[in-house]
Amino acid sequence: MPLQVSDLSQPESPDQEYLWTLNFGPQHPATHTTLRLTLTLDGETVVNAVPDIGYLHSGFEKLGEDLTFNQYVTIVDRMNYISPVANEISWFQAVEKLLAVDITPRCTYVRTIFAELMRVHDHLLNVATVALDLGGFTGFLYAFNLRERINDICERASGQRFHSSYFRVGGALFDVTPDWVDMIRAFLAEFPKVHAEVHGLLTRNRIFVDRVKGVGTLSREDAIAFGATGPIARASGVVRDLRKDEPYLAYRELDFRVICARAGDCYARYLVRMEEMLESVKLIEQAIENIPAGPINVGLEVDPDDGRSTLPNKADVYRSIEGLIRHFEVIMPNRGYPTPIGEVYGASEAPNGELGFYIVGDGKAKPYRVRTRPPSFIHFSMFPHMIRGATLSDVVAVLGSLNIIAAELDR
Amino acid sequence: MESFRGDVRLVIQTDDVFETLRSLRQEFDFDMLIDVTAIDLLEYPDATDRFAVVYSLLSIERNERLIVKTFVNDPDPTLPSAVSIWAGANWLEREVFDMFGISFEGHPDLRRILMPEEFVAHPLRKDYPLQGRGERHNFPVIPRSES
Repeated sequence: MPLQVSDLSQPESPDQEYLWTLNFGPQHPATHTTLRLTLTLDGETVVNAVPDIGYLHSGFEKLGEDLTFNQYVTIVDRMNYISPVANEISWFQAVEKLLAVDITPRCTYVRTIFAELMRVHDHLLNVATVALDLGGFTGFLYAFNLRERINDICERASGQRFHSSYFRVGGALFDVTPDWVDMIRAFLAEFPKVHAEVHGLLTRNRIFVDRVKGVGTLSREDAIAFGATGPIARASGVVRDLRKDEPYLAYRELDFRVICARAGDCYARYLVRMEEMLESVKLIEQAIENIPAGPINVGLEVDPDDGRSTLPNKADVYRSIEGLIRHFEVIMPNRGYPTPIGEVYGASEAPNGELGFYIVGDGKAKPYRVRTRPPSFIHFSMFPHMIRGATLSDVVAVLGSLNIIAAELDR
Repeated sequence: MESFRGDVRLVIQTDDVFETLRSLRQEFDFDMLIDVTAIDLLEYPDATDRFAVVYSLLSIERNERLIVKTFVNDPDPTLPSAVSIWAGANWLEREVFDMFGISFEGHPDLRRILMPEEFVAHPLRKDYPLQGRGERHNFPVIPRSES
């Protein structure tokens, strides 16, 4: 996208000729993904920043209009690929709201465990890469080593380490197994050590604290006006967490705290993420010991008016003609069950903020329109506001602490 | 005012959009704009308008959501911009403009955001084909002998 001089909100005048223009990205190690900033510098001070996005735009929302609900999960996975399963949970929550499907208690707990695992997954990466961008390499190694364990857990459940595509409408691809539970127990035993290592390396590290404290401050009023959600809003003193405010999945039955801070700077965002990981682990510890027995999918035995858009269990497919017929009806692209004519907005607390889907159904098997409410997009729109007046080296710190994932930003 | 699956939706006239949104912000304390999006109703059953524009609002104090929906039509779909009410509307309205070609009056910086600036169509409209409008197929074919 060619940038015009008029794009800069402060036009260049002769007495501003000393200003530098610096092109930051699209291929830059600190942007992590493909996004571009045009910075106007006065010496080392950033006068203005013009973000230029769209490098990873791949038409996810257009594709969604051509795929069924179960097929679209592979696309949803690739939006925020730092926490893929959290996207699936959010997507199916909206779909099940549209189709009025109630998932089974077992599935509720499995989804809760995955949602919290993904929060740890995301926050570990974010905390580690903020430090990495600022020169602290060691914590990155500890955090990424632990992220491997979470990838292994995903692999055990779904067969895929990264883009798991594990959940389906009304349930999941497979039921979880006892060794999956053992892997999570092993992870829970390993986590406090790694958290303490990262904590010890960074939280009171003079160099790190100097780079993040008081940098990129976002006031509570601005956070609300710009629509910030998740850890970024909570670090600015907005007490809002969908897990508490609009309880979904099993969060109503589990005990956890909402972590907030007031400072609103990069350091507060770092601390909020560190504490949230501990809360997530607490949630997993409670949920893993209390997974209810019973089927994971909404099965054939439920009222057919309610559960008909869901995939039946494999056992039902192989052993009963009803199951085989329904499997066929759901899987074959020219069959499929109709959606209601109506629109819903379903949102959940993804690691990065409120991830919502606005789905419009038109009575056919495919959604008429799927809109993603991407937290990265909303958070990146605050960036010029946050960076004005800071120094060039702060750009990296602020960008990292906002946790911008360009695949979700551009979709 | 209508409700579906627990979502409260307020359907308003196009002319009332700005006044309604402002009073929702100031008098009813809907302090956060969660999302702005549009729907192309070209193939929607029983639709009489071309586009629907949807604002999702949230009141943090009362923990209450409201969806405000309005309709705009060809040939010149235009709505007043909500940037003066919520700063966060800036990029959301740019995306609606980019994807649907609905322009927002009073927007400070209404440019394309995801598609390149020289792009002419609006890809999320229903009359835009899924497989593109030949952007790739129209590239000139250069045989090896001429390269």
